[in-house]
Amino acid sequence: MSDVLLETRGLCVRFPARQGDVARAVDGVDLTVRRGEIVALVGESGCGKTTLARAIMGLERPAEGEIVYEGEPLRYDMRFLRSYRGKVQMVFQDPMGSLNPRQTVFEAVAEGLRIQKVPGDEVTRVADALARAGLRPPERFVQLYPYELSGGQRQRVVIAGAMVLSPALLVADEPVSSLDASVRGEILKLMLELVRDAGVTILVVTHDLGLAWNIADRIAVMYLGRIVEEGPTEELLSHPRHPYTRALLSVVPEVEEMEQQILQGEAPDPTRIPSGCRFHPRCPLVESGEASRLGIEERCRSEDLALRSAGHEHAVACFAVPGSG
Amino acid sequence: MSEPLLSVRDLHVTYRSEAGDVPAVRGVSFDLAPGETLGLAGESGCGKSTIAGALLRVLPRETRVTGEILLDGEDVLGMKPGRLRAVRWTEMSIVFQGALHSLDPVQRVGDQIAEAILVHRTASDVASRVAELLEKVGLPTRRARDYPHQLSGGQRQRVLIALALACNPRILIADEPTTALDVMVQAQVLDLLERLRQELSLSMIFITHDLSTLSDVCRRTAVMYAGRIVEEGPADEVFARATHPYAAALAAAFPTIGDPKYRRKPAGLPGDPPDPRAIPSGCPFHPRCQVARPECAEASVELWPAGPGRRAACIQVLDAVPR
Repeated sequence: MSDVLLETRGLCVRFPARQGDVARAVDGVDLTVRRGEIVALVGESGCGKTTLARAIMGLERPAEGEIVYEGEPLRYDMRFLRSYRGKVQMVFQDPMGSLNPRQTVFEAVAEGLRIQKVPGDEVTRVADALARAGLRPPERFVQLYPYELSGGQRQRVVIAGAMVLSPALLVADEPVSSLDASVRGEILKLMLELVRDAGVTILVVTHDLGLAWNIADRIAVMYLGRIVEEGPTEELLSHPRHPYTRALLSVVPEVEEMEQQILQGEAPDPTRIPSGCRFHPRCPLVESGEASRLGIEERCRSEDLALRSAGHEHAVACFAVPGSG
Repeated sequence: MSEPLLSVRDLHVTYRSEAGDVPAVRGVSFDLAPGETLGLAGESGCGKSTIAGALLRVLPRETRVTGEILLDGEDVLGMKPGRLRAVRWTEMSIVFQGALHSLDPVQRVGDQIAEAILVHRTASDVASRVAELLEKVGLPTRRARDYPHQLSGGQRQRVLIALALACNPRILIADEPTTALDVMVQAQVLDLLERLRQELSLSMIFITHDLSTLSDVCRRTAVMYAGRIVEEGPADEVFARATHPYAAALAAAFPTIGDPKYRRKPAGLPGDPPDPRAIPSGCPFHPRCQVARPECAEASVELWPAGPGRRAACIQVLDAVPR
């Protein structure tokens, strides 16, 4: 059994936009997720991270490239997708929005079992999933409705609903961003436990580098539809190489030793991806003249580039970083 | 020390509902000095936004508010409607969270700013004042003709800041002004607020659940739990070395990147913030407290001195500092 659980190869997802434009939300992503790891996909809103997650779930059809799960390319017929979704489950950002207010906790968690027509004792499976998600004793919760639960408990119910199918991969989109600060850590602890005890693999989509430091083994930083830097968490956060990653890290209030580098403007428009390095219009190296001194500015403006190795397991898409590839 | 510009004394706010009274703020006191930025930190339901509403008296009419809110010595709670209207926006104004909901979706943003200017004065040069305000918050003046949906989240937040500044207030209350924004845009808005504070000699009350942001923005911070301040002191010290176990947990919820202490060790608290209708006895934090002692369930806690410029409402501080 290969240790690679899921891969995207040259994945592109496009949406029609106004006036015949095309939004290139995901624009050539190669991402590898290995069994038993937590990968954090980090970026700002509009960078394509949620679209990438939805594509991995089979909810968006790629325009180019493919998603390969356990060595087999994803197919989009109903039969394949149903069996795939028994193995790959998603946890959304807002637990209130992902729970049906008229369904009890039991019904919410059992729903996946019914859709997947999982044989066996439903009651036991639901109770196990609730207990595993930290809702103990499960009997106390099964008959409750979402409004009777706190925000943290609701997110646990959503996680139980995903875990009841014993998936191999959990895709979690901003799983704690709508939760109270003191509750966040408890949900993150739960995610670590699920990896350790239930052997699940997690791809977590987030804008929060602190979350990545808390739980992720590896980080992939996404900018305007592309992964611009990836590497093991310690390596990437202590030696960020891409100017975008460096800027992101510099504005986290807890990181004091870095000089703040506030990029102006907002994440640009995926219908108008700049030529060359897509980050160059906001890049501090270009703006400060550093790129010109390094003699790379022309390439930054005109030459598209892929991730290149910048040391052990660390890859960067920046002309200023001397690479081996 | 100079006289406080704003002094809040023993503020209590109780919402009335069909299901009974909801005590949201239960005896809060603090001072705001001229030019100072004070942080109010806490989670949903702790009462921090209710305080903002009480300061400007924009709470539902049946809400019971007691205590004193002294603005230059004059009690806001005793002001007649006419005086209150004058104070709102010209003395104190507020930037709310959720920039989309605070703006009228069918009115151009420039007109909305002009309206705020005209509430308080007749001005012949409203258009130039609107342009000046937009410039001040870093928006091109042509944006005045845009509707809110044509702006990004960060731009809308800038419009709200321009609105709040329309009548040159002395105090700006920012209620989670950056919560829904991306980190980079958040940094831009914080940067803008700090620049405006200096430029316009504003005093600010900055309300958020994110203690780490406060340590950057504020000199002093108060941490609230269940309607009360449980710790207060210099912002960076409260964040780095909190005394109250709740303040410590809140600080740890935003891990220091690079610190091995937090690597693969997310810090959280079991349980949930209490329902204001059923606040635990004794120290209201005791059911979730990792270092609670038996007496915490009954002990009445108050803000005791906990080092220079610091106070904390935890009986632990009595062990260290003899009363």
